Amino acid sequence: MPAVQETVDRVKRIDVDQYRYGFETLIESDKAPKGLSEETVKFISEKKNEPAWMLQWRLEAYRRWLTMTEPTWARVDYPKIDFQDLYYYSAPKPKKTITSLDEIDPEILKTYEKLGIPLREVAMLEGVEPKPGEEDPNRRKIAVDAVFDSVSVATTFKAELKKAGVIFMPISEAIREHPELVQKYLGSVVPTSDNFYATLNSAVFSDGSFVYVPPGVRCPMELSTYFRINERNTGQFERTLIIADKGAYVSYLEGCTAPQRDENQLHAAVVELVAHDDAEIKYSTVQNWYPGNSEGKGGIYNFVTKRGDCRGDRSKISWTQVETGSAITWKYPSCILRGDNSSGEFYSIAISNGFQQVDSGTKMIHLGKNTSSRIISKGIAAGKSQNTYRGLVTAHRKATGARNFTACDSLLIGDKCGAHTVPYIEAKNSSATFEHEATTSKISEDVLFYCIQRGLSQEEAVGLVVNGFVKDVLQQLPMEFAVEAQKLISISLEGSVG
Amino acid sequence: MALLEVKDLKVRVEEREILHGLNLTVNEGEIHAIMGPNGSGKSTLSHVIAGKPGYEVTDGQILFRGEDLLEMSPDMRAAKGVFLAFQYPVEIPGVATMNFLRTALNAQRKARGESEYSTPDFLKKVREVSKSLNIPQDMLKRGVNVGFSGGEKKRNEVLQMALFEPSLCILDEMDSGLDIDALRIAADGVNALHSPKRAMVVITHYQRLLNYIVPDIVHVMSKGRVVKSGGKELALELEASGYAQFEDAA
Ligand SMILES: Nc1ncnc2c1ncn2[C@@H]1O[C@H](COP(=O)(O)OP(=O)(O)OP(=O)(O)O)[C@@H](O)[C@H]1O
Ligand SMILES: [Mg+2]
Repeated sequence: MPAVQETVDRVKRIDVDQYRYGFETLIESDKAPKGLSEETVKFISEKKNEPAWMLQWRLEAYRRWLTMTEPTWARVDYPKIDFQDLYYYSAPKPKKTITSLDEIDPEILKTYEKLGIPLREVAMLEGVEPKPGEEDPNRRKIAVDAVFDSVSVATTFKAELKKAGVIFMPISEAIREHPELVQKYLGSVVPTSDNFYATLNSAVFSDGSFVYVPPGVRCPMELSTYFRINERNTGQFERTLIIADKGAYVSYLEGCTAPQRDENQLHAAVVELVAHDDAEIKYSTVQNWYPGNSEGKGGIYNFVTKRGDCRGDRSKISWTQVETGSAITWKYPSCILRGDNSSGEFYSIAISNGFQQVDSGTKMIHLGKNTSSRIISKGIAAGKSQNTYRGLVTAHRKATGARNFTACDSLLIGDKCGAHTVPYIEAKNSSATFEHEATTSKISEDVLFYCIQRGLSQEEAVGLVVNGFVKDVLQQLPMEFAVEAQKLISISLEGSVG
Repeated sequence: MALLEVKDLKVRVEEREILHGLNLTVNEGEIHAIMGPNGSGKSTLSHVIAGKPGYEVTDGQILFRGEDLLEMSPDMRAAKGVFLAFQYPVEIPGVATMNFLRTALNAQRKARGESEYSTPDFLKKVREVSKSLNIPQDMLKRGVNVGFSGGEKKRNEVLQMALFEPSLCILDEMDSGLDIDALRIAADGVNALHSPKRAMVVITHYQRLLNYIVPDIVHVMSKGRVVKSGGKELALELEASGYAQFEDAA
């Protein structure tokens, strides 16, 4: 298989060190001392001016965490993490309170520019006041809550959202301004005791987004967060909480890139979604963190807990993810289908290359009657990477009429990589219908040559074929994101073939 | 200067020699037919000209307008005007035919240093060509060759040939699997492309195709060599008496 051989050879030569987003921003930062202790937790809580209950919540999580051990069941392999050798808090030093984009450190804005996220442009193009006659109805508005390292530095579109009654702010602010909401929902989907990384996150989370959409409100724009890990040796612990009250709708976009570095960086985020009766939450992620260099050195460790609770009847939660980065990914966005007739969806594209290890999938937990779920997973493995889909579908005794459809397709590029599918299915009542389809294929020599004969380069051919392979999932992304994701797929494959 | 010159070509696949010193010269404006029994190396020859990986050229040369073709990457050969209509066109799921055509055409144009087609110009061109080949527009919205019938796949090959306007067209058994009407449509498409600047190499098992696409020269291949070349009457002769007479010559 010569073309594949060629691909493999090129993969060997990948210069991941030229990682597009690998650069650092020189800004002063405000760090917690290295290591983790009650003192660190208190330091973080103090920095954030948190109320006492929040500190208490963190400390309880911290004490719980001390009794826990790291999970080892995932198909990933990495040297032991020294949790005392990390910084748990780092924030750009604010010179003064920021009220508009113009006041943001130009260094930070430059960073966004390099990332291809022209915040200023976003503000102008998608702005509150489009020039008359130039409104493009297809161009939905995006509000950006930018998290730079651990602190949200820019929040836009506040006014318009406020008009609609939507709360969209850094969670650190929400803790102060909307304590009743935060206290009611925080940890209600992912309890502080949930798992090693979620518990760690509960103790030391730095910041993240908070969204509350009141009953009957359709959020007037897509909500979006771009964030990146910037400080050397800083664990990044995002915490996101999104609540759609009865009949509300919100679409949330999360996109991230990280600069390159030598040490592995720990990232352990927690995302909680709550959908009440007739509410719908669409959560989309494009993840493009530093995957490590061509020898498998460096790169982000991404241990994320994402869970949505379809708490109300007829509620709906949909996860869409495009995962191309990180050295290690451990991530299972899940849905608890508690309300009757609620539904959950998981659409995923996971690309691994070089020495990346991906263990990702979803859990669909059917508790209510006539609940339905749909899982479409596309895994692409290249280089020496390992790509595992791990999924769990369960129907509780009372979940009569539960339905699931799962399709997992894996595509292999070269013959030094691996794709694995680990589905767990558990139906505790006889009326559940679960369908599962899985395929694994190698990228076909003949298909590549066909494209190349028609004038495409090897790289373009691989990009085209892979984009065709993942099309079902790309279609689920909001338009602007789909375009970005498609580009990202090509970029990450550019690496894969030289 | 000849458009294509294959000199003494020896090719191995997986340690086995398939072509044992093959010669072929094709000039601009000519139509050549290559006939020969199964396994005689016809597809192998077309693949080597197009640059498919997996073939080891151990001896000989292939010149395209005097340039060493074997030194060029396969996509470069395509951009220079080498087109191979495959015996078995592949399916590319999830890639709309229209998108594929456009990506490929623009890639070729870019490689030649030409500007990309604008959307309206491109659409206009595709519409014209697909209409003449009786290809419905909604077929172009489907994935490349996905769920196409055998005949539709072959017509899609001719469509691409018409769009890309290559100077050397190699058609590997474009008649296999086509019904009489489809054959006529496809052959008309090919004939419409015939020009003094363009050469065709038609690989076929059946003289019938050559009633539609009339060759200037017919070659008989056997066991990895061209064993006889002649005018179009050679095809008729073959039809009557088979390949047995050439077995010894090979
Ligand atoms: N990848 C390969 N590995 C091993 N042998 C091969 C390979 N490709 C071709 N061959 C062999 O080379 C010989 C020539 O094959 P080729 O496909 O060129 O014949 P052909 O003349 O096109 O035949 P047909 O008329 O059946 O299409 C055959 O014996 C075939 O088995
Ligand atoms: Mg053949």
